Amino acid sequence: MDTWRNSCCAVALLLLMFFCDGLACAQQQNTCLDCHSALDPPLQVTAETFAQDIHSQKGLTCASCHGGDPTKADPEAMSKSAGFRGKIERSQIPALCGSCHSDAAFMRKYNPSLRTDQLGQYKTSVHGRLFAKGDRNVAVCIDCHGVHDLRPASDTRSKVHPLNVAQTCSRCHADTAHMKGYAIPTDQFEKYNTSVHREAMVARGDLSAPTCTTCHGNHGAAPPGVDSVQNVCSTCHVFQNQMYEKSSHMSAFQAAGLPGCVVCHSNHGVSHPTDARLGTGPQAVCMQCHTPGDSCDQARAEMLANLKSLEDAIRDSDKLLSVAETSGMEVSQARLDEDQARDALTKARVTIHSFSKELVNRDIQDGLNLAGKTLQAGKNALAERDYRRRGLGLAVIFILLTVVGLFLYIRQSEREAPKV
Amino acid sequence: MFTRVQGWLDERFHWADIIGPLKKKTVPIHRLSYWYFLGGITLFLFLIQVCTGILLLLYYRPSANEAFESVQYIMTRVQFGWLIRSIHSWAANLMIFTAFSHMFSVVFLRAYRKPRELTWLSGMFLLFLAMGFGFSGYLLPWNTLAFFATKVGTEITGQVPVIGHPLMVLLRGGEDVTGATLTRFFGLHVAVLPGLTTVLILVHLALVQYFGISVPPGVEARWKASPGDARQMKFFPSFFLRELMAWYIALGVLGALAALLPWELGTKADPFAPAPAGIRPEWYFMFMFQTLKKIPAKVWFVDGEIVGIVVFGVAGLLWLLLPFFDQLARGRGRRFVMGAGVFALCYMISMTIYGYMAK
Repeated sequence: MDTWRNSCCAVALLLLMFFCDGLACAQQQNTCLDCHSALDPPLQVTAETFAQDIHSQKGLTCASCHGGDPTKADPEAMSKSAGFRGKIERSQIPALCGSCHSDAAFMRKYNPSLRTDQLGQYKTSVHGRLFAKGDRNVAVCIDCHGVHDLRPASDTRSKVHPLNVAQTCSRCHADTAHMKGYAIPTDQFEKYNTSVHREAMVARGDLSAPTCTTCHGNHGAAPPGVDSVQNVCSTCHVFQNQMYEKSSHMSAFQAAGLPGCVVCHSNHGVSHPTDARLGTGPQAVCMQCHTPGDSCDQARAEMLANLKSLEDAIRDSDKLLSVAETSGMEVSQARLDEDQARDALTKARVTIHSFSKELVNRDIQDGLNLAGKTLQAGKNALAERDYRRRGLGLAVIFILLTVVGLFLYIRQSEREAPKV
Repeated sequence: MFTRVQGWLDERFHWADIIGPLKKKTVPIHRLSYWYFLGGITLFLFLIQVCTGILLLLYYRPSANEAFESVQYIMTRVQFGWLIRSIHSWAANLMIFTAFSHMFSVVFLRAYRKPRELTWLSGMFLLFLAMGFGFSGYLLPWNTLAFFATKVGTEITGQVPVIGHPLMVLLRGGEDVTGATLTRFFGLHVAVLPGLTTVLILVHLALVQYFGISVPPGVEARWKASPGDARQMKFFPSFFLRELMAWYIALGVLGALAALLPWELGTKADPFAPAPAGIRPEWYFMFMFQTLKKIPAKVWFVDGEIVGIVVFGVAGLLWLLLPFFDQLARGRGRRFVMGAGVFALCYMISMTIYGYMAK
């Protein structure tokens, strides 16, 4: 009896397993991909591509956007009764994406930390405003994020990863044909590629370095207004901004309607600043507005000369410390002080944004004091080296005299007592 | 005064009986006699190591947090600290150099032959101890280069079949090179090795005294054929004064090196930083290090590094037993032993140069 009952249980379990397995197969079935993987682009979507998509990974299917029933075969899968919507019209894309991404309760189930204001921001952007006016040439969600192989922004392969953002934006903004009619330049990407920001991002791998979206925003992308340029730059360049706010330039630029930082540094092609900008040569910026010989020109010349004097003082001390080091002298403390002198030089260059020669000179004086200390340390080290060498010379003379004395003594004693 | 002290000692310890044999001790004179100075110079450098080491101990602190700073303090703040530390480092290297030179002079003059096998063995063990001094002392300043070189060196130890891993853990005081390794190396450097070395030096000197100084076979044959040609000098004072001259010259070289090329300190070791490029051991380990680097990852089915270690182990053992092979070999066999000595010297020099030249 027990044997019969056990056999029945085993058969029932096996049937249950087959049933569950069949159910799982039915759930995983995606007839959309069966056909679309065999089609040519742009209709082609392979299983491999879609498997990389974040939506697919979170359990969403083709039907989530396109409707229909992927568990059924064609034509039932693409029937109106199954809610099939087919290709999403471009005009419907922001609303369709927003139907989930603006739903905080829905998004919380997948990624509670993800913002849900993208659609609202998009509507305030230049893209969104033009889109609302019926311009379908402007960027919508899929132009930046991609479609069917959409990856999170943290993925280096994503089109919106910091390393790829500029390239993504340039696909439209560097395309003169595409941008025709918008009356904005198309050289931003070219200029950005020469900028210090791009160098920081790509060459140094600093993902916090600015790219297009850092200054323009992403979903709410728009050019910063003349009045807000300074605010945008100051999100990173805090101290420069503090100094600039103390300067007379701020009110003068505002009165003249000039875009703050951009006046001297430009925007997309912002290059590595050098002291030459304070000079009178080709890279000079002050003299583009100021008159030679005026009080500002004199302050500029004084600040430039002081910066140079600190730079020279650090170079001189560095040279001396290097000589001391190659002579084997221990000058690590002086090297630490020298680093502080370099920091003072950097600080003075930041203080330049106050355009106050008093403030700049204060920083330079701090640096000069430190550089003077390190120079003296270098001199002391070399004096010590010379002292050691003199000591060595005396010791060698003493040793030589002793050796000669011993030699003479041995010769004399052996002459008197012959060898055994 | 001196005579009174001598009389006082003689009355109590029969001093004359003790130093009597030394007074009678002689040293052969021939065209290769100057090689006899190398052993004495090595001893002199060891004594300098002991003196400067004791002075460094006054300020050195054997912990990962303080070792580097304490050496820096010695180099910059302590009066003549730079000189003491530089002399200690240079003397260590010169001592190993003269010890190697002494060993090869013994090989090429065949001074290890019967009855001096034990003198050779004690000398070889002294050389191993000197290298142990170098390896343990290298880590003590706790700078970047020494830290990573010790890491590599102890890793190689870990590759020795069977006992490698326990030996590595024993040396490191754990799985990694840490402050515990520094403490162990310090203990080894200032207590264990000096004790062993002192005992072994006394044994070595006693054996040299007992068996006398060897004469090269060619010279010995000539002297046997014509006993009138045999020339000797008294150890005291003739040889001793000459040795004293050699010690003075060694002192001059040491002082010049310490003053002109003070031993650099480098940067403090950071165990969490990646290993910098150009990590290499001290020069006397370079030939082994470079060989292990050049051996393919797999030799047949065995790890290349293990093959290298086993080969060096076997070669070292054969080298240690050299006097016994020499005894068995005759004619061509002895030439083979000499050839092996020349090959070992050339191999060590060329691989060391290659190690320093290779990127």
